[in-house]
Amino acid sequence: MEANALGGGRGSRIVKATGLRLALLTAALTMVSSVSAGAQERMAPARGGLEAKLEYCKTCHGLSGQGYLGYFAMPRLAGQQPEYIEAQLRAFIERRRSNPVMRNVAHVLSPSMITALAMHFKNLNPKPFGGAPRGSIAAGKRIYEEGLPEANVPACSACHGTEGKGQNEIPRLAGQVYEYMVGQLTGWKSERGQGTAVDTSAIMAPTAHNLTRSQVEAVAAYVSYLQ
Amino acid sequence: MKRIGLKLAILGILASTTASAWAGESAAVRNCTWCHGAGAQGYTVAPRLAGQRPQYIMSQIKSFREHARNNPFSRQYMWGAVAALDPHTARDLANYFASIPPKPANDGDDTLASRGRTIYMEGIPEANIVSCYACHGPNAEGVRDIPRLGGLAYFYIKGRLEQWGQGYHSTPGSPMPIVASHLGPEEIEALTSYLSFVK
Repeated sequence: MEANALGGGRGSRIVKATGLRLALLTAALTMVSSVSAGAQERMAPARGGLEAKLEYCKTCHGLSGQGYLGYFAMPRLAGQQPEYIEAQLRAFIERRRSNPVMRNVAHVLSPSMITALAMHFKNLNPKPFGGAPRGSIAAGKRIYEEGLPEANVPACSACHGTEGKGQNEIPRLAGQVYEYMVGQLTGWKSERGQGTAVDTSAIMAPTAHNLTRSQVEAVAAYVSYLQ
Repeated sequence: MKRIGLKLAILGILASTTASAWAGESAAVRNCTWCHGAGAQGYTVAPRLAGQRPQYIMSQIKSFREHARNNPFSRQYMWGAVAALDPHTARDLANYFASIPPKPANDGDDTLASRGRTIYMEGIPEANIVSCYACHGPNAEGVRDIPRLGGLAYFYIKGRLEQWGQGYHSTPGSPMPIVASHLGPEEIEALTSYLSFVK
């Protein structure tokens, strides 16, 4: 383009020189990348690194980030608040949240990779994973919106929002995998808020404790169908 | 001594034939164990069915019928084998085989087993290799339609992992093709060796 505008010999010489430089650069890059391909794979970010890591996350968390049921329930990450994802990955690394799989997973993530992953998942919006029993959805909606004052359970919607989208470090619950929700709320004390450091998970400890199993199942079923 | 041995043998035969009234004389079971081995414990290329998750067996029968599971042995043997199988018989077979206690193949390289166990439990996060444990369970026992891997034959699991890497399919929507594409030959050998010893 530029060569045409300039016209004459000088322009085409520039193009040739640029072309040659480009060819040399490409050749050099190809050599470098083929020599150190193995080493690069084990290092952090770069665009290819992000793509590969996303594929890795989605192997367990669902191919669209909608969550998945393996031997364990893997939570939905799609549409999740990036601050929440970042806070939880830090909690795994610092052992405030106990999870044998995620500790290893989080340990090798650089801060810039964590940010990039969180931003990617924020923008995904697949349909909920589904599969929750439907019998107690109405009861779950009531607990979600009004709480259980007599049992010291605040309305979930007060913090997680009426649509369950969460905000900042408060997670989105809309569309969350039912089995995961039940597992977290019934096992809060053994997984969250471990060690001596106090983090935001402490807020949920009494609430999780005050819900009965059937109330947990009702709330989990309700939010699992929110889109 | 001889007489006791004979009695034991007779008792053994009686016990195996009365294990399940339905299965004992079933031609459908014999059609399977022809290849899948005595007691359905697996034989050469045909995997062990004993102790396998019934939902997994049913999902694979469906995958064979729909030609979704398409590696060479599946095409050659299983597509035809399940073509005339009605859903009721498929379910009965799945439940029957699931109820048989599985025996580990123990045919891997035991020097690689501990490396394999580490990969099974933790994956290799730096290389984007996921933990097998997260889906297949702490003792490789599987759950629902996720198969039990513990004790399956070295040759069989190795073949499956390699085939996913080569583009063959099994169950639509399964993450296994992605999982397997990240595994190198050494990782496959270590994992497969470990799994062959799991009880």
